[in-house]
Amino acid sequence: MITAVLTIAGLASLFGLILGYSAIRFRVEGDPIADQIDSLLPQTQCGQCAYAGCRPYAEAIAAGEAEINRCPPGGETTMIALAELLGRDPMPLEDEAAAEKPKSVAFIIEADCIGCTLCIQACPVDAIVGAAKQMHTVIEDECTGCDLCLPPCPVECIVMRPLEATPRTWRWPFPKEITAEAAHG
Amino acid sequence: MQFATTSSPHLSGPQSVTRVMGMVLLALLPGTLAMFWYFGWGVLINITIAVATAVTAEAAVLRLRGRAVGPVLIDLSAVVTAWLMAIALPPLLPWWQTVLGCAFAIVIAKQLFGGIGFNPFNPAMAGYVLLLVSFPVTMTRWLPPDVLSSGALSLVDSLHITFSGTPPLGQTWDAITSATPLDEMRTQLSQNLMISEIRESPLWGDFGGRGWEWIGNWFLIGGLFMIWRRVISWRIPASMLGALILVSGLFWAIDANTHPFPAFHVFSGGAILGAFFIATDPVSASTTPRGQLIFGAMIGLLVFIIRTWGGYPDAVAFAVLLLNMAAPTIDYYTQPRILGQREHEDA
Amino acid sequence: MADQRTTWSFYGGLRMDDHKALSTERPLQRMPMPARLILPLQQHIGHSAEPAVQVGEQVKKGQLVANAVDFVSAPLHAPTSGTVIEIGDRPIPHPSGLNDACIVIEADGQDAWAELPEPLPDYHAHSSAQLRERIRWAGIVGLGGAAFPTAAKVNTSGQRPIDSLIINAAECEPYITCDDALMRERAGDIVDGIVILRHLIDARECLIGIEDNKPEAIASLRQAITQSGQQDIEIVVVPSVYPSGGEKQLIQLLTGKAVPSHGLPSAVGVLCQNVATAAAIADAVLRGRPLIERIVTVTGHGVGQPGNFLVPLGTAADVLVQHAGGYTDRVHELIHGGPMMGFGLRDDRVPITKGTNCLLAASRDEAPPAEPERPCIRCGQCAEVCPAQLLPQQLFWYARARDFDKVQDYHLFDCIECGCCAYVCPAHIPLVHYYRFAKTEIWAQERDREKSDLARRRHEARQARLERLERQRKARLRKKKEALESKSGASDAVDPKKAAIEAAMQRAAAKKAAQQAAPSSED
Repeated sequence: MITAVLTIAGLASLFGLILGYSAIRFRVEGDPIADQIDSLLPQTQCGQCAYAGCRPYAEAIAAGEAEINRCPPGGETTMIALAELLGRDPMPLEDEAAAEKPKSVAFIIEADCIGCTLCIQACPVDAIVGAAKQMHTVIEDECTGCDLCLPPCPVECIVMRPLEATPRTWRWPFPKEITAEAAHG
Repeated sequence: MQFATTSSPHLSGPQSVTRVMGMVLLALLPGTLAMFWYFGWGVLINITIAVATAVTAEAAVLRLRGRAVGPVLIDLSAVVTAWLMAIALPPLLPWWQTVLGCAFAIVIAKQLFGGIGFNPFNPAMAGYVLLLVSFPVTMTRWLPPDVLSSGALSLVDSLHITFSGTPPLGQTWDAITSATPLDEMRTQLSQNLMISEIRESPLWGDFGGRGWEWIGNWFLIGGLFMIWRRVISWRIPASMLGALILVSGLFWAIDANTHPFPAFHVFSGGAILGAFFIATDPVSASTTPRGQLIFGAMIGLLVFIIRTWGGYPDAVAFAVLLLNMAAPTIDYYTQPRILGQREHEDA
Repeated sequence: MADQRTTWSFYGGLRMDDHKALSTERPLQRMPMPARLILPLQQHIGHSAEPAVQVGEQVKKGQLVANAVDFVSAPLHAPTSGTVIEIGDRPIPHPSGLNDACIVIEADGQDAWAELPEPLPDYHAHSSAQLRERIRWAGIVGLGGAAFPTAAKVNTSGQRPIDSLIINAAECEPYITCDDALMRERAGDIVDGIVILRHLIDARECLIGIEDNKPEAIASLRQAITQSGQQDIEIVVVPSVYPSGGEKQLIQLLTGKAVPSHGLPSAVGVLCQNVATAAAIADAVLRGRPLIERIVTVTGHGVGQPGNFLVPLGTAADVLVQHAGGYTDRVHELIHGGPMMGFGLRDDRVPITKGTNCLLAASRDEAPPAEPERPCIRCGQCAEVCPAQLLPQQLFWYARARDFDKVQDYHLFDCIECGCCAYVCPAHIPLVHYYRFAKTEIWAQERDREKSDLARRRHEARQARLERLERQRKARLRKKKEALESKSGASDAVDPKKAAIEAAMQRAAAKKAAQQAAPSSED
């Protein structure tokens, strides 16, 4: 009886020591899960998730404060990737997010631009160049298509243009499943 | 000029699922005719009932699932399943048991898993095993191998037995039926008889059961035909029969009085049929080259183990079903090395 | 000399009808210069060339019209003299059927040559770098169909030395005979090109791999080798098994060496070049001519007079087909390349490019419409024929399930898209299409990832900048405030204004007091 109690107590304290030591020895700096979540997010920095960019949203998900279905640019792909990473159940996207939009980039109709710099201040990735009273333009390769520059523009000279496929970005379509179902109609 | 865009290759070979299944049926013919020669009309009656059931069941399920019936039925896979099951059944099995087994094979073992290509188990063997465990008496009631030549059972007699489930007037089951050589071997061995004594039995042929050995030969010819036409690969039959011969030979060498000669194992029961026609069902078998060798060898080994120490006289169906379960795992661990992949890259 | 050499074999592959006689009955013909030539800026693997001419500019034959932008890129030259009438998007030969940037030249009919660089007949006297520069200038790319810039491929410096130069003359795909025609007509140029290549990479041995279904070409090459005195160039005749002309397959056939799964042939000391590329190198080095024409097979029952044609690059496919007797009423599909690896063209006004080896105007029998796809029965025929020894069935399952990690675990990118698996599939599954789908999806995901990484970096940089600006603004404010505070603290002690006011007030009070005192004395 005494032996059993002592054994269990001894084992408990031994494991406690090992655990305590590991906690210090293998301590991980930062919050790797937030980093992993952040790496799955599309980095549009659009704020449609109601957080001020992808990183804050990732931190909110990691802290359990936000659902995984609030990223419209990432769409279902991102939601499923997040569900897999976090072991949560996939959930349908919120209404707004459900309608996946084609990838697009902002384009400034240069004739209408008055050079107010408001869009430059709104752009989360510094993809608009220009100066006060000078015409502005969007660096297409760096635009994430977040739409954040649209509302500040006083003359509505910014439009979103869908990115067209080129022979270099074109993707083979999924093979048509001409199986029995299709034949049946 | 405008054309439709298509992906390569723009050519396709002569193969089709229908053609593959047609080849299997063709290869089954010699063995089936031999069975008819030795065991009489019951063989053909079973095939007819089974094929009719399978086609009807497949059509019904496809209709229920809202799929087109024609393109699926034409692939002949249901006919092959029914045929394989029918020739594994005793020739005078009551008709409703054949119908039950075959419907189970098609509806449960095949279609409920998604139809052709998706069934993890060999449907014919699943149906056969269902009947074997449900109706042990009728499923072990075989005929002596001279039913047709001795004129013992006419077509009418056979139909009568199949559809009424009773022996013809004035005859008893014992008078008509007989155990299979495998059954005989088992029973006699359990009564501590020696092989030499057992071989006195009239059921005996040159090296296997009388009649059975010739049926085995004819199925072997069909199987070699399939290998020649590249319908199946040599690996599963060779490894299965090889393992069976090896392990039975080993025990025979140790004690020839209680363990029959390897040829007896090969040419009795369903060994040849199983090796060439059942274990090779591509859907439920292993697909990698090394995997197929392991898959076949394990079946051969299990056949010997179950026949020698198990509860059933023949074991092909159980062995195949057990290895069907293991096939995905075998495939996973036997992925071939790709061109230019070095040893240390093997995962 | 030749033929005694032992050849190895490669796994899988197919023996099939080659249909080559259809286009080898007629001798090689030169296509007359068409009125208009369309030169896509990207005719090679790598980066698009950059136009070096402007609309309206006159160009001479052989004049450079677009520059290579970097190492893996190739320049373009005018195939004839004329005027640049357009630089813009036009249909190009690509499975997408999309448009891409092209330079359009209207021929002036003069066909006048520009000033060309000096021929280098004494190429032995020139360094490898100089020869590579010439090859690069000529815009030569692999003419077997892959179109990888040759100058980049032959730059083997810094790698292990090359033991074997292998010349790919296998031409294994059915219907295609352009290399066959070249070998029959220009074997001497091929041998010259081989000798230059060999000098360039300093290869110990040189093997020409050719399928046994081209006896005329073999005889012609053999004669050219004898004439040139280069007796140690070996012709190795290999059995006609598709795809023996695949680079890794041919190397295995000829040397028994397996090129590493993710590596280049140079990893096993081999460099592989197509015969037509060798001939183009001879043109560039010995005659100073850029790559402005190539041999194209026009074949199939959908065309009137099938044959091989020496075609100026940029000729529209429909013009070429017209020259080859026009379409017959049996035409069903126009395939760019061969029936196993080529793609159907949506529009036949696309130009012939450096990578165009064949136009197959196929009848319905030659390229039958795809049979309906059925479920896979796991028969394993695909794995038996796969020359890369992959498991096509597993690749198919994962590609279909869009499991792009798993599909790469099964070595998707080792697939050469030869089409053997789909050819033998009894369930008629368009396997190669599934693999192409998966490959382009994976590339798209990689592009997205790169883009999001860029966006993250830029966003973080912006955040950092905004914070820094905010800090600076705060710092400035604080400084100002501090300055103010320190000033007001000092004025409490001696404020001249306040002192003056106080003094004035004291003076006023004294005056008032004095005035009040005065009347009383006067009373």
